[in-house]
Amino acid sequence: MTQLALVIDLNVCVGCHACVTSCKEWNTSGLAGSLVDERPYDRDPTGTFFNRVQTFEVGEFPNTQTVHFPKSCLHCEDPPCVPVCPTGASFKRPEDGLVLVDYDKCIGCKYCAWACPYGVRELDEDRKVMGKCTLCVDRIDNEALPEAERKPACVLACPTNARLFGDIHDTESVVSRAIRENGGYQLMPEWGTQPANHYLPRRKTELRIHRDELDRADNPLKIDGLLPKPPVKDPSLDDVTSW
Amino acid sequence: MSEAPAANSARATETKTTTCYMCACRCGIRVHLRGGEVRYIEGNPEHPINKGVICAKGASGIMKQYSPARLTRPLKRKVGAERGTAQFEPISWEEAYTLIVERLAKIRSTDPKKFAFFTGRDQMQALTGMFARQFGTPNYAAHGGFCSVNMAAGMIYTIGGSFWEFGGPDLDRAKLFVMIGTAEDHHSNPLKIAISKFKRQGGRFISINPVRTGYSAIADEWVPIRPGTDGALLLALTHEIVNTGLYDRPFLARYTNAGYLIDADPASDTHGMPLRTGEDFGQGSPHFSHDELWWDRIADKPVINHAPGADPYLAGEFRMPDGKPVKPAFQLLMDRVQQYTPEWASEITGIPAGTIRRLAHEMGVTARDQKIELPIPWTDSWGVEHETVTGNPVAFHAMRGLAAHSNGFQTIRALAILMSLLGTIDRPGGFRHKAPFPRAIPPVAKPPKSPDAIKPNTPLGGLALGWPAGPDDLFLDENGGAVRIDKAFSWEYPLAVHGMMHNVITNAWRGDPYRIDTLMIFMSNMAWNSTMNTLEVRTMLNDRDESGEHRIPFIIVCDAFQSEMTAFADLVLPDTTYLERHDVMSMLDRPISEFEGPCDSVRIPVVPPKGECKPFQDVLIELGTRLKLPAFVNADGSRKYRDYPDFIVNFETEPGSGIGFLAGWRGKGGEKTMRGEPNPRQWEMYAQNNCVFQYKLPRSYQYMRNWNRGYHEWASRTRLRRNFDPLIIQIYSEVLQKFRLAAQGKGTSKRRPPPELAKRIERYFDPLPFYYAPLEMEASDTTHYPLAAITQRPMAMYHSWDSQNAWLRQIHAHNYLFVNPRLARGLGIADGDWIWVESMHGKVRCMCRYSEAVEPGTVWTWNAIGKSRSAWHLAPDANESREGFLLNHLISDELPPAHATGGRRMSNSDPITGQAGWYDVRVRIYKAAATEPEESWPQFQPVPAAPGTNPVRRLWQAFVAGTGEWK
Repeated sequence: MTQLALVIDLNVCVGCHACVTSCKEWNTSGLAGSLVDERPYDRDPTGTFFNRVQTFEVGEFPNTQTVHFPKSCLHCEDPPCVPVCPTGASFKRPEDGLVLVDYDKCIGCKYCAWACPYGVRELDEDRKVMGKCTLCVDRIDNEALPEAERKPACVLACPTNARLFGDIHDTESVVSRAIRENGGYQLMPEWGTQPANHYLPRRKTELRIHRDELDRADNPLKIDGLLPKPPVKDPSLDDVTSW
Repeated sequence: MSEAPAANSARATETKTTTCYMCACRCGIRVHLRGGEVRYIEGNPEHPINKGVICAKGASGIMKQYSPARLTRPLKRKVGAERGTAQFEPISWEEAYTLIVERLAKIRSTDPKKFAFFTGRDQMQALTGMFARQFGTPNYAAHGGFCSVNMAAGMIYTIGGSFWEFGGPDLDRAKLFVMIGTAEDHHSNPLKIAISKFKRQGGRFISINPVRTGYSAIADEWVPIRPGTDGALLLALTHEIVNTGLYDRPFLARYTNAGYLIDADPASDTHGMPLRTGEDFGQGSPHFSHDELWWDRIADKPVINHAPGADPYLAGEFRMPDGKPVKPAFQLLMDRVQQYTPEWASEITGIPAGTIRRLAHEMGVTARDQKIELPIPWTDSWGVEHETVTGNPVAFHAMRGLAAHSNGFQTIRALAILMSLLGTIDRPGGFRHKAPFPRAIPPVAKPPKSPDAIKPNTPLGGLALGWPAGPDDLFLDENGGAVRIDKAFSWEYPLAVHGMMHNVITNAWRGDPYRIDTLMIFMSNMAWNSTMNTLEVRTMLNDRDESGEHRIPFIIVCDAFQSEMTAFADLVLPDTTYLERHDVMSMLDRPISEFEGPCDSVRIPVVPPKGECKPFQDVLIELGTRLKLPAFVNADGSRKYRDYPDFIVNFETEPGSGIGFLAGWRGKGGEKTMRGEPNPRQWEMYAQNNCVFQYKLPRSYQYMRNWNRGYHEWASRTRLRRNFDPLIIQIYSEVLQKFRLAAQGKGTSKRRPPPELAKRIERYFDPLPFYYAPLEMEASDTTHYPLAAITQRPMAMYHSWDSQNAWLRQIHAHNYLFVNPRLARGLGIADGDWIWVESMHGKVRCMCRYSEAVEPGTVWTWNAIGKSRSAWHLAPDANESREGFLLNHLISDELPPAHATGGRRMSNSDPITGQAGWYDVRVRIYKAAATEPEESWPQFQPVPAAPGTNPVRRLWQAFVAGTGEWK
C-alpha cells in the first residue's frame, strides 16, 4: 500500500511563501482549479489557497523562536472528512492514499470542513465546491512530464528543499528516512486521524570552545614579539632556592 | 475532479525560458503558456542561480502580468491639472518622442547638466549610464545611493569585492555562518538554497539582528543587537581576536597591507601614509606602484614588500635609517582596537560581553582549527607556487542592515577587516568573489574632475560614476563646490560611488547647486516609499517659483504600473513587464556570475507587450538615435541600431574591441567567449541555452583571485581587467588617509576641503575603522525619542510594486508596527491598538502588534506595504492605504540644523559615501486617543485610474489560463 505524503522540515523553512503561491499558480489553471480570489483589489482581499504558511512566536525575548509553519491537507490515513460526505465526493484514493474531492459530486455542504480537525479545506465561493490540496495529482499522474517533475508544485518550488515528497509506507523512501532519523512527528496524533504528512522539528547545532584552545603554542603574537619570553637574567627561583 | 488529466495536458501548448524579475535575484524560469496566456511559471532546473526553485514572488508573476494597474499608453498631464492629481490624457508614442526630443535637444545644445536621469532599477546601468554619458550630463545614477552603497564601497575599498551581486559566502564549505543585519533580499533564492544545505551539513548559523524574522528564524543562535551599533560589535570582536592571537598571520602578512610601514611622525607631511621606495613594481598599472616597505623580521631591516624570503613584522615600532618613526599597519589597527573592549561594546550594542567574547572565539577557533586544504596548485602574484588552496571555513553575510546607517561605511570596513583577519577572503568556506570582481582597490574608473567635462552637444568627459582614489578624483567646480545635482563626489560626500538619488528632488527644488530643467525617473517610486521625507518631497514635486513655473520644470516617469510617482509626471511612458522584453544581465553591469566564473544571462519575451507598452531600453535607443547621440548613430547621423536586441548584438565598447554587453557566444559563429566579434545569432544561442551563459574557470583560477597570477593573466586576456598587479587588502586605507591629510592641510593633493567641511573630513575619513553613533541619533534627543525604528522586507514582496498583485497582497495587505510586549505594556499599549509613532521630523498613526522577536529598544515594520489611496489601482479603502503605513514619513532627507556645517544643510547620509541613513531614525510611541479614527495617518487624496489601465474586478476573479477570458 502506497501512502504519498509531504514531510516538512521546520529546521530549514524560512517562511518565504514559495509553496503558497506556486500551489495557487499550478492549481488555478489545473485540474483542481480555478482558485477564486475575492475582492482581489479591494478591502480585505481573500481567496482560495490549498496551502498556507502560519508564522508564530514561541518563548519570551530574548529566548524567542520564530516558527514558520506551512500547512495543507495532511492526507490522513483515516480521514474524518471522508465518511461525513453525504454524496461520496470526498474519497481516499486506494492506490496512493490521496484524499481527493470529486467536484461533480460535491454540493458544497461543508460537512468535511467541519469534520477536518486541521482546517485545511477551502470552499470555493465562486463554484461552491470544496477544494483542497491534491498533492498536485495532475502533476504526479501526468506521464507527459519528465519523471523528476512528477511532484507537487510546492515541492519543486521550495527554495530550501524543506518539503520532501514520497511514500511513507516505503521504509526506504526519502520521507520515511527523514521521519525516522530526524524526529518526524504528526499533528495532533491523539485524534487518531493518522495524518500522512509529517513535520521535522528544529535542530540546533552548537559549538563548544575549550579554554585551552585559546592558549596555543603557535599563537602568532609570539612571532611579532608580543608574547616575549622573559629575559634570561630576570629573577627566578634558581637564584634563591637550593634543596 | 471534472476533467481527466489527459485532457488537461493536451491543452498545454508552449514552454519558453527567460529570466525572472519579480525581484533582483535573476532566477532562470520556464514559462508555460496555454492559448497564449501564462499558465505556470516555474524555476528552471538547468539554471545555475536557482537550480529549479522559485520564490513566492516568482510564482506570482502571472498576477503581475495581468494586473489591472498596468499602464498601456503614453500619458500627458492634462493642461491645468496639478501634479499629483494624476489627471492625464493619452498621447501617441510619436507625440511623446517629439515632446521629449525637442526638450532634450535644447538642453543638450545649451547646458546638458540640466537633464537629470535617475533610475530605480540598477541592473541595466550599462545602458542607462551610457545614455546619460552620451547625452553629456553628469546627473545620472541608479538607486544604489539609497540602497546599499555602503556595502559596495566599504568592502570594495577594502578587499576589492563585496557582498551583493559581486561576491558572497561560500556555504558549501563553511562550518560557521554569521549573518549580520537584514540581508534577505539580495541573492535571495541562492542564499536560501545554500543556508538549507549548510544547515543539513551540520553547519552552525548565527544571526545578529534586532529582529528575528526571515532567515534568522532558523538560526542556531539569535543575537539581538541595537540598530546602528554593528560597528561597535565588529570592533570588539576584532579586539578579542587580535588580543588572543586568533588571526591568520600568514594570510595577513602576504595578502594584506598589515605589514606595510606607515609614517608615524605626526609632524610629517606624509603622516599616516605608507613609506615607499619610489620604484615602480606596478606591472604596468598607472594607479598602483606597489613599492611600499616591510620591516623584515629575518634581516631586521626595511625591505620592499614581498621581497623573496622576507617576512614582515606586523607589530612593533621602528625607525627608518633617516630617523623617521614607522609602524606596521597592523600595529596601528591593534592600537586602535584596544579601546574597543567587549565590555565597552556591550553597553552600546546590548549584547553581553561574554557573548561577544564567545562569538570571537567561535570565529577564530573555527577558522584556525577546521582548515580546509584543497589540492589545487596555483601561483601567486609574486611567482610563488602553492600546492594547495587553504580555506578557513567562517562565512559572513550582510547587506542593508549594516549599510543603511550613516556610520555604515566604517562599520562595513570593520566587517571586511574582521573577515580578512580570519583569513577568509576568496578562499573555500569564506567569502568568494564573482566576476568581474575582484577589481583594483579602488577600481580604476573615475568620475570627471571638473566642469570642463560638461560641454554642449558633447558626451560627458568621463564616467558619471567612479571610484575616487583621493581628493584629486573629486568632481568639483573651480570654487571646490559640487558639480553634480546630488553633490556626489563633492567634499560633502566624496565617495558617493553610486550617486545620491535621495538628494536629487530636494536639491533640484532648492536650486542647490543649481536648477535643472528635466528630471527623468525610471521605475522608482520617488513620491512614496523610495524617498525620505515623503510628505515634503511630494510638495516639492509640485512646487512653483515666483514666476509660476514649476521648480522642477519637466518630469518624465517611465513605469509599468500606476504608482504614486506616476501621478506627479508631466509625461508617463508605459514600460513592459519582464515577460514582454529583451534584457541583459551584462558583464558591463552586474552579471549573475557564480563563484566558479563569469556568468551572464538574458530575458527574451514570452508574450507580446500589452497595449502600447514599450520596453524602456527600446525607448532609450530611439531617443538616443533621434537626439543623434554619437553611440547610437552612424557618422552621417543615420540610425545605427534598429532596436535594443540589435544594439545588444552589435554594440562594442570601442570599434573592434570585441567587448559587448554579452560574453557568451561571441565571434561570427558563436565560437568565442568573453571577447569576440558580434554574432548575429547571439540571442538565438542564449535562447537555446536556457538564456544563460556560464564560464567555469580552471580550478586553479577559482580562488585567491586578488593575488592569483594565472587568474590575472586570464582576466587580462579576456579584458575583465587591464592590469594584472596584485589586489592588496586594505586593512589600513591609504585612500581615506589622503582625504584626511587634505583636511589637515597636508599631503600631495593641492585640493583642500572648504574650511567648514575640514573637520568633518578629518573625523570620518579615518584610515582605520572606528565607531561613532549614527548622525541622526547623535542629533536626536534620545530621552524624548528612545526607540530605534527600522524596516525589513518581507520575502513575499519586493519594493512597492507587489501590492497590485492579487495573490501577494493576500499575504501582506497591511503592515503593523511590531513592538516588544514589555515595552508596549509599560506604555499602556495593547496588542492591536492604534498608536502614534513620532520622530523629530513627523508622525504616523498605525496599529501595534506585539512581538517577542524584537529587542525592546527597537520597533519595526515591513517596508513598502502601505500605499497612497487608490494608487496601484487598489480601491480607495484598500487595507494598504487605510491600515497600512509608511515609515518614510518619519525619516528626514536632511540632518537636523544642528548638523548643518557652515550653513549647509547636510543630507541624512553617511558622510563618506552619501548612503541614505534609513535605519537611523529615533522615535517614541504612544497610544492614539479613543476618539481618533481607526485608520492610518497621513491619508492622501485618491487619484483617478489612468487612461488605458484595465477596469478592476471588484468582487471576485478566478484565473484559468488559456480560456481566453477571466471569470
